[in-house]
Amino acid sequence: MIGRDLLGIEDLEREEIERILETAEHMREVGRRDVKKVPTLRGRTVINLFFEASTRTRASFEIAGKRLSADVVNFSPSGSSLKKSESIFDTAKTLDAMDADAVVVRHGVAGVPKRIADLLEAPVINAGDGAHEHPTQALLDCFTVLQRKGRIDGLTVTIVGDILHSRVARSNVHAFRKLGAEVRVAAPPTMLPTRVEETLGVKAFTSLREALDGADVVMALRIQSERLEGAFFPSVREYSATFGIDRAKLSYAKEDAIVMHPGPINRGVELSHDVADHRPSVILDQVRNGVALRMAVLYLFAGRDPHGSVAGPGGSA
Amino acid sequence: MQRLTQSTPQRPQDETDPRERPQAPRGPSRVLLDDQGIQRSLMRIAHEIVERSAEPDHLYLVAIPNGGVPLARRLAQGLREVADLSLPLGVLDTTLYRDDLLSSGRRPPLRRTEMPCSVDGHVVVLVDDVVKSGRTIRAAMDALKDFGRPRAIQVVGLIDRGHRELPIKLDYVGKNVPTKLDEAIELREVDGAEGALEMVIYEAPGAAADGEGER
Repeated sequence: MIGRDLLGIEDLEREEIERILETAEHMREVGRRDVKKVPTLRGRTVINLFFEASTRTRASFEIAGKRLSADVVNFSPSGSSLKKSESIFDTAKTLDAMDADAVVVRHGVAGVPKRIADLLEAPVINAGDGAHEHPTQALLDCFTVLQRKGRIDGLTVTIVGDILHSRVARSNVHAFRKLGAEVRVAAPPTMLPTRVEETLGVKAFTSLREALDGADVVMALRIQSERLEGAFFPSVREYSATFGIDRAKLSYAKEDAIVMHPGPINRGVELSHDVADHRPSVILDQVRNGVALRMAVLYLFAGRDPHGSVAGPGGSA
Repeated sequence: MQRLTQSTPQRPQDETDPRERPQAPRGPSRVLLDDQGIQRSLMRIAHEIVERSAEPDHLYLVAIPNGGVPLARRLAQGLREVADLSLPLGVLDTTLYRDDLLSSGRRPPLRRTEMPCSVDGHVVVLVDDVVKSGRTIRAAMDALKDFGRPRAIQVVGLIDRGHRELPIKLDYVGKNVPTKLDEAIELREVDGAEGALEMVIYEAPGAAADGEGER
């Protein structure tokens, strides 16, 4: 029922997403114990292969692996032979030959985790590839909403910001739609993919007020200056005035709406301070839940078993 | 080295996890203990626990899901009636402590763990429905040490079906049932009777299923 690799939400069935979320719920209990460690992946090796900067995702995978007793090894370009121009595929194969039981890959180019997965025996978990997908972020966002709202089916989720360049947005659109939510996206027209409504099955808005009307969940995306080479908006100040979420704009959404952000926040740009730090914000829950969710993912995916044998209940090898 | 063929023989499921083999072929069944029989066994065990405990106030019941949960609840009620004891009642999933997860490639669904307080200084009484290999009890003992240092651990098994693979003995047994390895025993709710339980044994199907029964 669950495949070998976790490359994107687009490939998952609703039942697989639900199984991951249910497993994460139990992993959260492990995180509340005095001894936050279980022996499940003892003697197994998880390799974090991060070609692109990351603090929280890498730390989150590292803590998740350690809580399951796996040995976690971090590889990043600055400290490896990638500097000596070894190809990423040779690097990955080298790690595979070291009998990794899971390889967590982040890369700035869409599709690299898939290419690596095709070469390796070890399962590959995508930790973000270019503007393609960031599946564990979307799963932990769904997990956080489920925890706060008790359901996802029937909710209205509004994603605000640079939809065009955001892998978080793409993965979240797939995840929330598969779980039965209505997804809206709001952005300046330059930051909306062409034909976004048809290709992603969302409602697109260039007016924040309309997009937020009746929303249960407001998700602000980070303005990724590193990916913005062209002029997508006149100025940060203007973006913030039009699409930054503050108390006044938040009042368009439902009274009990929650505010999310994948981090790191550009304070005063995507979110005002009072929104980021106070009650409707569940940003720290997202971080906390990230560990439990990634424990669930490692539990379900890690292990060099015969391909496709990571079976559900009653499944056979 | 891991075996790379597709034909990894499937181990028979842990006796406490009927969800793992819902489609397994089964022969005809008969009831080992009906609801009244289960209740009588648990009341007798409650009396035994009180008799044998120097400080019954320090007991801590811990159920192993799924079967242990309704049984521990009834046992707690029994101890309340017999000795006016109000004991902590925990639920402890042993899945993450199993010794066959990665070798089998299976990832069984996790179940609820809910420990209301630390087990430090308590005499923990583990409650399970059926005990066979002893591997689940071993896993439960490993898990317990993550919740403190119990003064002692005791085990209640409603059915002891033999076939131990580890040096584990039960302190309180509802019923000893000699079984064949390929029979299955399951605690289930009686259809149409709210909360009523019965313990059922399934004979092996005509011919043993492939790869099973070799544990």
